[in-house]
Amino acid sequence: MNFSVLTSQFWSLCLSGLSLGLIYVLISLGYTMVYGVLRLINFANSEIFMVGTFATVWVETGLTGHTSNSNPLHGFQLVYTLLFALVVSMLASGLTAIAVEFLAYRRLRARGTNRLASLISAIGMSIILSESARILTHSRPQASPRLMEKTSFGHIAGANFRIDTVLVVISALLMFFALDRFVNKSRLGKAIRAVSMSEENAKLMGINLNRVISVTFLIGGLMTGAAAFFFMTVYETTKFNVGFNLGLAAFTAAVLGGIGNLRGAFFGGIALGLLETMSAAVLGSQWKSVTVFVVLVLVLLVRPNGIFGEAIQQTRV
Amino acid sequence: MRLEIKDLHVFYGKIEAIKGISVVVNQGEIVTLIGANGAGKTTTLKTISGLRPVSSGAILFDGQDISGMSAHQRVEIGISQVPEGRGIFPGMSVLENLEIGKYFRKDRKSEMQEDLEKVYSLFPRLKERTSQSGGTLSGGEQQMLAIGRALMSRPKVLLLDEPSMGLAPMMIQNIFNIITEINKSLGTTILLVEQNAQQALQRADRAYVLETGKVVKEAKASDLLNDPAVREAYLGTGAH
Ligand SMILES: Nc1ncnc2c1ncn2[C@@H]1O[C@H](COP(=O)(O)OP(=O)(O)OP(=O)(O)O)[C@@H](O)[C@H]1O
Ligand SMILES: [Mg+2]
Repeated sequence: MNFSVLTSQFWSLCLSGLSLGLIYVLISLGYTMVYGVLRLINFANSEIFMVGTFATVWVETGLTGHTSNSNPLHGFQLVYTLLFALVVSMLASGLTAIAVEFLAYRRLRARGTNRLASLISAIGMSIILSESARILTHSRPQASPRLMEKTSFGHIAGANFRIDTVLVVISALLMFFALDRFVNKSRLGKAIRAVSMSEENAKLMGINLNRVISVTFLIGGLMTGAAAFFFMTVYETTKFNVGFNLGLAAFTAAVLGGIGNLRGAFFGGIALGLLETMSAAVLGSQWKSVTVFVVLVLVLLVRPNGIFGEAIQQTRV
Repeated sequence: MRLEIKDLHVFYGKIEAIKGISVVVNQGEIVTLIGANGAGKTTTLKTISGLRPVSSGAILFDGQDISGMSAHQRVEIGISQVPEGRGIFPGMSVLENLEIGKYFRKDRKSEMQEDLEKVYSLFPRLKERTSQSGGTLSGGEQQMLAIGRALMSRPKVLLLDEPSMGLAPMMIQNIFNIITEINKSLGTTILLVEQNAQQALQRADRAYVLETGKVVKEAKASDLLNDPAVREAYLGTGAH
């Protein structure tokens, strides 16, 4: 155990914990938004994330012809390429999410089957997606080329403000706040909230339930896809099973904050990212999952609805 | 507008909750459905709104069978419901609750202000509380909000499920006055489900008495008010 890193590298750990945490936040939105409207854990969300990482690699290598030996891009070309990869990753994940809903959940819902059937269907979709990716990539890891030089803005309070970390933190924050605003202020966002408070009463308002559900999956998928791009920008490699650990962590973040609650996912994700980074530094990285789950169990023992659980109750009938 | 339910049967699993009822609501009428707990009143309204599937029978709206139509489309053609328990969205403000009542009419944004004013003039209390969250309103205010919200879609027929439930006598009078006013001044047709038979029969034109999923009596409301059997069973003033 090495507690001295906590003091010597505190700010640096905070920064990397924050960027990891924000990636968790965006993925956990995929779980939490769907849970909000359907009361269903979309287990396929981890594979929706995986699809995003593959889409990012595809744009960055296949489409631009960039290889690991090429020189880093600069200026406008860099911005274009990164933005393009972000958009494609978001779309790939968003459309996958809509397809999953359509194929795996919609019919079951129309027949009025119980939640367990949907849950098993979700696990089935998750296996189909990850196994397809395994076959297509022959189980080999896929690497993103380093498009940008990972220069540092310099050290502030001992923390290394590397460009990719800063980029992730700022963009992820912007995305989260844009989503939060959309859900609270826009007409469609209000419909999503109405459905999550009461499906029946939402229908009585003339809300087209299936359409709102599709939109919810789309938005959750877009956010998960953005997370996939950010993940590739920082960590640079992916594999068919990349979603397993990240999906589990993001799901944990959602539960920690109180599932179904956007701001809960936000604080849950950041708390988890920080916790994981700090505990890896102190105890060694092999212990990080253990710490995370010990904390999760402790929190749920004290607050079974998650940290912000009460806020959810308030918004539900 | 004419709403006609023909030999309707509705099941919950294997249990038959509605066993072949027929009800007619004509343009401009107030029709009331009365009956004891579990008679099937709520189920009937839910089925008209498309929240429960029809097992057999038909729901005719202006002669067209709408029993296969999805719930949101029924709101679009002019059927609006104030559900049992009011169905306020607790995490939304009073204004947001009203706005969402017009959700499907995004092409009619211009009507929004006009309709809000209309609702506020019926329920001045709501205007003072536009930004208060729906969940913190009193029971009576929630009922006002639920009725106002249902009016936002400019319904041709308004289905009301026990609007007097849980309200103090003064507020019950108030709500029934407003229901009558909606019918008289806006010309909205009303199908009213009530346990408070006294009030409902005084306000309605015609009435149906429901018992365990069947219509056992159908008459002019004023006749039922004087019917000894009805008085005994539902008004608690029968001869003993
Ligand atoms: N979701 C459900 N599942 C199974 N049975 C149900 C369900 N909802 C209602 N029922 C049954 O259907 C019958 C009719 O219920 P309904 O709620 O329509 O009665 P009601 O006349 O509205 O009663 P109340 O005056 O108490 O509101 C009852 O026997 C009830 O137990
Ligand atoms: Mg009822």
